[in-house]
Amino acid sequence: MKQRTPLLRKNGFQTILSSLLCIILGLLVGYLVLLIINAEGAWNAIVDVLKNFMKYPSGAARMKYLGSTLVKTAPLIMCSLSVLFAYKVGLFNIGAAGQYVIGAAAGLYCALMPGLPWYVCLLAAVAAGAISGAICGVLRAYCNVNVVISGIMLNWISLYATNLLLKPGMDPTGKDTFRLVKEHKDSILPTLGLDKLFSNNQYVTIAIPIAIIVAIVIWIILDKTKFGYELKATGNNLNAAKYCGMKENRNIILTMVISGALAGLGAALFYLSDIEQWNVNSSSVPAMGFNGIAAAFLGGLNPIGAIFSSFFIQHITLGGGNVDLSHYCAQIADFISSVIIYLCGFVLFFKSVLNRFLDKRDEKRIQREKAANAEATEKGGNK
Amino acid sequence: MVLLLQYTLIFAAVLLLVALGGCFSEHAGVINIGLEGIMVMGALGGALVMRFLPYDASTATLATRFGMFGLVALASVAVGMIYSLLLAVASINFKADQTIVGTAMNLLGTAAATVIVKSMNTAANPDDHSSEIQYGGPKSAFISKFGTFELNWFVILAAVLLVVSIIVLYKTRFGLRLRACGEHPQAADSVGINVFKMRYAGVLISGFLGGLGGITYITVGVSLWKFENGVAGFGFLALAVMIFGAWDPIKIAGAAILFGLFRALGNVHAGIPFLASMEIPPAVYNMLPYIVSLIVLAFTSKKSRAPKAEGIPYDKGQR
Repeated sequence: MKQRTPLLRKNGFQTILSSLLCIILGLLVGYLVLLIINAEGAWNAIVDVLKNFMKYPSGAARMKYLGSTLVKTAPLIMCSLSVLFAYKVGLFNIGAAGQYVIGAAAGLYCALMPGLPWYVCLLAAVAAGAISGAICGVLRAYCNVNVVISGIMLNWISLYATNLLLKPGMDPTGKDTFRLVKEHKDSILPTLGLDKLFSNNQYVTIAIPIAIIVAIVIWIILDKTKFGYELKATGNNLNAAKYCGMKENRNIILTMVISGALAGLGAALFYLSDIEQWNVNSSSVPAMGFNGIAAAFLGGLNPIGAIFSSFFIQHITLGGGNVDLSHYCAQIADFISSVIIYLCGFVLFFKSVLNRFLDKRDEKRIQREKAANAEATEKGGNK
Repeated sequence: MVLLLQYTLIFAAVLLLVALGGCFSEHAGVINIGLEGIMVMGALGGALVMRFLPYDASTATLATRFGMFGLVALASVAVGMIYSLLLAVASINFKADQTIVGTAMNLLGTAAATVIVKSMNTAANPDDHSSEIQYGGPKSAFISKFGTFELNWFVILAAVLLVVSIIVLYKTRFGLRLRACGEHPQAADSVGINVFKMRYAGVLISGFLGGLGGITYITVGVSLWKFENGVAGFGFLALAVMIFGAWDPIKIAGAAILFGLFRALGNVHAGIPFLASMEIPPAVYNMLPYIVSLIVLAFTSKKSRAPKAEGIPYDKGQR
């Protein structure tokens, strides 16, 4: 007879449990900080953060702002996929932020300067991200440069390069690049009628279904194909993979190319929806890539989990903008999500404690059963 | 040229302090990616002291200037060390993934500093939503002027700490034990060295030096700091300096001066006729230190001299 694994023993369930625990603890810490800043409005503030689009009383407004949240979730899903894909192969792609930035540069450049159609801009962004990822991969494979360090250097290089590249596309009335609606309508992602679902929110485009489809594709590649298995084997033990005849250098570079392409696609999905423009005087790398790290770990490093965790992170980040600004600041949401990532570092510890507890309980039960059995046979012998 | 020297020295001092911090932590066996966050928190500690301590530049004597310098340094060190405990507890006691925890600390450092400064500013004035702290007056306490050349006292402190670091790492029993824990913790344990304690010491020292690096960085040239911006990747640049310096304090000092020079060019290129005449966009100068570090790393990383056991949580049961 096949033994059923108890729910608490299942790895997937444990992952969800620990992610929820991280979220609860993170919110608790955030609440404590709000209490310290100003005790009176703290509860309302944390509720505002969690409500986000739900704060609007009318259904139509809620749908509209849910749409906006989803528009910003799509790029985050891509960034978290980028991080988790590389992480499964043993590479910590902190450079996702830079690949995202350079993807934005390529996508917006194609949209603003020659005014190319959206699918060309999209491909340009993907290619730029992939090339940026490839640089990290080649440096890791042939020069033994840690991807974390090269990724961070590329983050800053990409940021300044993007400012330089997009300067000619700047709207002289502000600091941002031109709005695509005004200049090049063809470069905007098509909506395919999705905007109607969200109270005519013009920014809701095919970006959202694309992000979800890509997440599913990545899940299939990683879990269901030989290629994915090879990549994961390379990540687990480089030398063992080499010994089995896998091309370890090729696998590392390929991983970083795919990872970079995902981040680049994320940038295209965001900037080609025209919801925000690039500030050509940016002095810090956009948080999207770093939040991708949070979303990847919070989602238990599972592509499907990443969809939900990305939504949650974006939800509280946008909710942070709703707090009462006379006492608090919107960054409280960043604070909460960084506490959550910190806690994600403890997931392994949490799981091992849980398993030890379950082992002990099972051992006790088995002993009790044995004792009961022994007693029963003794009684039987006496008869 | 004087300006170039001045900026090179101060940026080199920042990189040196932070890279030495990373060096101590990694020699003990803990990778400290969170240096960037530690710098931000250390800078916050020092900036708060400068903001709230009464100081009048016109009546200041050498003693009060020295007192100010000491208190600012002390606050940065204290905050940096307390913040580094987050890494120590997670990676040493709970065997957490050091890269995740370090990354989280970087994000947390900027977010926490912004929340603290903003809520402080807003509490003082409900219309003030900025994340700035001003410290123009108190900052002058620890800057000596020689003609046009301004010497920041933190540069001298960095040089002193370099010598101290070399002695501690290579000439004392403590240093030898610390390095043993990063190379082969099991062997160290077998001769009675407490690996956990040593690793705590390494991480705390990195908090000490990282905090100092943070306060030094925000006193370069400016008299106010916007904490939303963090420290612009300097913590990571310092990690590159440490790798380029092959985990050896003397080589790290050389690397810090080289990187400091490239970083300083970004600030002063307009004042040098030869460079100004080339009309290179400022963004290129901003990129320069990062590009240089990437190229340098590509050529120097092949033979890594990293401590062998870095990044691996110590497990007594393992051989």
